[in-house]
Amino acid sequence: MAGLGSVCLVLALVVCAYGIGASLYGVRTSRVEFSESGRRSVYALAMILTVAFVVLEVAFLRNDFAFNTVADTSSRTTPAFYRAAAVWSSQEGSLLLWAWLLSLWASLALFLTRRRMRDVAAYATAILLGFGGFFVSLMVFYANPFNTTSPAPPEGAGLDPLLRFPTMMIHPPMLYSGYTLCTIPLAFGMGALLARRVDAEWIKSIRRFAFAAWLFLGAGILLGARWSYSELGWGGYWGWDAVENASLMPWLTGTAFLHSLMIQEKRGMLKVWNVSLVLATGTLAIMGTFLVRSGILNSIHAFGGQTLGIPFVILIAVLIAGSIYLVVSRREMLRSEHRLDSLLSRESIFLANNLVLVGLCFVIFWGTYFPLISKALTGQEASVGPPWFDRYTVPLALILVLLSGIGPVIAWRRATLANARRNFVVPVLLALLTLVVLLGAGVQQKPWAIAMFCCGAFVFGSIGQEFFRGARARRAMAGEAAPLALVALVRRNRRRYGGYIVHIGIAVLFIGVAASSSFQHATELGLSPGQSARVGSYSVSYVRPTATITPKYDAAHTGSTLSLGAVLDVTKHGHHVATLNPSEGYYASQEPSQGTVGSLIGGQPVSHVSMDAGVTRDVWTAIEPDIETPALKRIVTIGNRTLPPEDAIVAIGYLARAYLQHPPVAQFHFIDSPLVMWIWLGGLIVFTGGLVAIWPAPSAVRRRVTMRSRARAAHGLARA
Amino acid sequence: MSVLAVLLAVAVLAVVVFVVSAPLRTARAAQDAAVAPDAQEHLSTQHELEVAREAKYREIRDAELDYRTGKLSREDYDAVDGALRAEAVEILDRLEDSERG
Repeated sequence: MAGLGSVCLVLALVVCAYGIGASLYGVRTSRVEFSESGRRSVYALAMILTVAFVVLEVAFLRNDFAFNTVADTSSRTTPAFYRAAAVWSSQEGSLLLWAWLLSLWASLALFLTRRRMRDVAAYATAILLGFGGFFVSLMVFYANPFNTTSPAPPEGAGLDPLLRFPTMMIHPPMLYSGYTLCTIPLAFGMGALLARRVDAEWIKSIRRFAFAAWLFLGAGILLGARWSYSELGWGGYWGWDAVENASLMPWLTGTAFLHSLMIQEKRGMLKVWNVSLVLATGTLAIMGTFLVRSGILNSIHAFGGQTLGIPFVILIAVLIAGSIYLVVSRREMLRSEHRLDSLLSRESIFLANNLVLVGLCFVIFWGTYFPLISKALTGQEASVGPPWFDRYTVPLALILVLLSGIGPVIAWRRATLANARRNFVVPVLLALLTLVVLLGAGVQQKPWAIAMFCCGAFVFGSIGQEFFRGARARRAMAGEAAPLALVALVRRNRRRYGGYIVHIGIAVLFIGVAASSSFQHATELGLSPGQSARVGSYSVSYVRPTATITPKYDAAHTGSTLSLGAVLDVTKHGHHVATLNPSEGYYASQEPSQGTVGSLIGGQPVSHVSMDAGVTRDVWTAIEPDIETPALKRIVTIGNRTLPPEDAIVAIGYLARAYLQHPPVAQFHFIDSPLVMWIWLGGLIVFTGGLVAIWPAPSAVRRRVTMRSRARAAHGLARA
Repeated sequence: MSVLAVLLAVAVLAVVVFVVSAPLRTARAAQDAAVAPDAQEHLSTQHELEVAREAKYREIRDAELDYRTGKLSREDYDAVDGALRAEAVEILDRLEDSERG
């Protein structure tokens, strides 16, 4: 079946080449049948890549180790769920996932626009097939997921233990969906410029895809942060890693676009800005994909070994040069139709918001690529760490949260000062109250965090006021009960109130970030069973050691051979808070030099953290057992000398018993962190708000609304 | 490659050729192809005006909501609403001309 997969890749490449040619020929000669054939090439690409993906997926599920990628990243002892998801844990499989998702989203976008913007859509088709052809050609010429080895090895290397975590398996499909969805607005934007049809229609067509890209990217970023916090053993959720930053940058420019898009829809302004944002977002998405595979920057997320840097650099250079050329050459038709009516208007706030978001993106871009920039300029590679990023992003994030509270209470076009003052009373009072409470509670030493809490309170006040006043207005007009009025208000104004919910979520998320990063207590403890230590206001007692041997599966289905850990009792002011069970998993390696027993536990150890998560605080711990004591090392040495491979597990049993009977001092990393859960809750609220905003209104409601508005507009005409 | 793989590959190829070539073969595609560029331009202009019309209706509703939630004074609302309705009427007129012409 590997042959079928390879044939599919070659066929996909041919279809992409044909589709590009047909689309361009069709649009240049107005031969609609060729443009249509080009569009169908995208559907065909989706079908071909679905077959290819299924072939690879079946190979993983059936443990077909003739496939090199299956042998490298899976094994018979890997649980089925992780085997299914291991498809995208390798360079080759992840390229196939990227191309497949691109073909699916592109098919959807072109299907939905099949009766409109024929010339724009034809150019967009060619561009999307260009992307598809690029990724397929990477697989055909550089990293083929269907390469095989004969005879097939009897067993595979297994999935990297760091990836055996549910959110880590869902994270790539979400992130790649975000990246591939970013190419849809880019393709249509370029198509609009090429076709010289930069009117309202193309913007309306891509709005939902831009929003979907933003949602998926955001979800992917948060899932990655959650994995980092729950699995990596350092207790943090964001390390300003190059690949993390690469996914955040298109999300920031995408956020800016979703706001300035509204200005273009309403006022016909910011056309150059919007099309530039769309092109930049798509290009940054490709750059993010490039970073993971190029090897040019160090990252825990990067695929090691193979580098695909040069083809990506060429693609990115073409995108940047092409984007600049198109925007500059079409600048006359991108002139704004109106000017800003007033500085005190929602348009102005959105402009400020855009500047902050793009500023944030620039700071992160500079810091991320600084190693390359410094090497190019000085010959020496220098990098910047989290303190540098924090110094510039924290103030910008503060302004962003504040603006997210100001925007909702300012009217479009113009607002009067008196009105604005009246609308800010409640949010400002809430912010001041928060400040007084915090200062009264003795929280003084973290001014940035306090400022963020106050800005968050300001946002809650302004958004809460919007919901209250909106429901009250609805009740006055329709006579509905308050709950019904609230639901009807949101249903009839999904974009506005969905956006408000997103703003609430952002405020909740940033409050969580501020609290957990500013007021976290982290300590390293060395404890033996029976010992206790004080960590801030907590008392941590080492109750007893634990040891688990699972040749095939452990309780967490992670596949470790041996797991050594501890039971910790955490109390506060004499009251029991939590029981924690951190452990370290020792996995089999592929190194025969480690011996029959040593190779069973000689692979990369992985920390399995234990935490007690709550709305107000998380108590988190990781353990590093000492497996190198003379007594334990002697068991491994004797086992290596005397036991054949099939009996080596017996020595592991002795090792575990020795650890339980005479546990050495273990090192614990203990963290007490407030409001971490607000980060995940904030993300859920953002996602919910996004769904509300993107959800289409029922067509009957649309017709009624449109007719009423038309009648009122006509009535106004009669009045005038 | 196994026989099954070969058969599947041939099936995939056949479906691809059938799907991609359909517009080049069918009568409907020929009929569509007969639509003159001017007519295409006219349709595009009409779509554009319909999009602008929906956006203007949305603006009118937003302005009313801004007024009812206290973001606009009565005087400001009347001015903004009047301007928006005038713009809406202009779009409706252009749409009517486009439909007639």
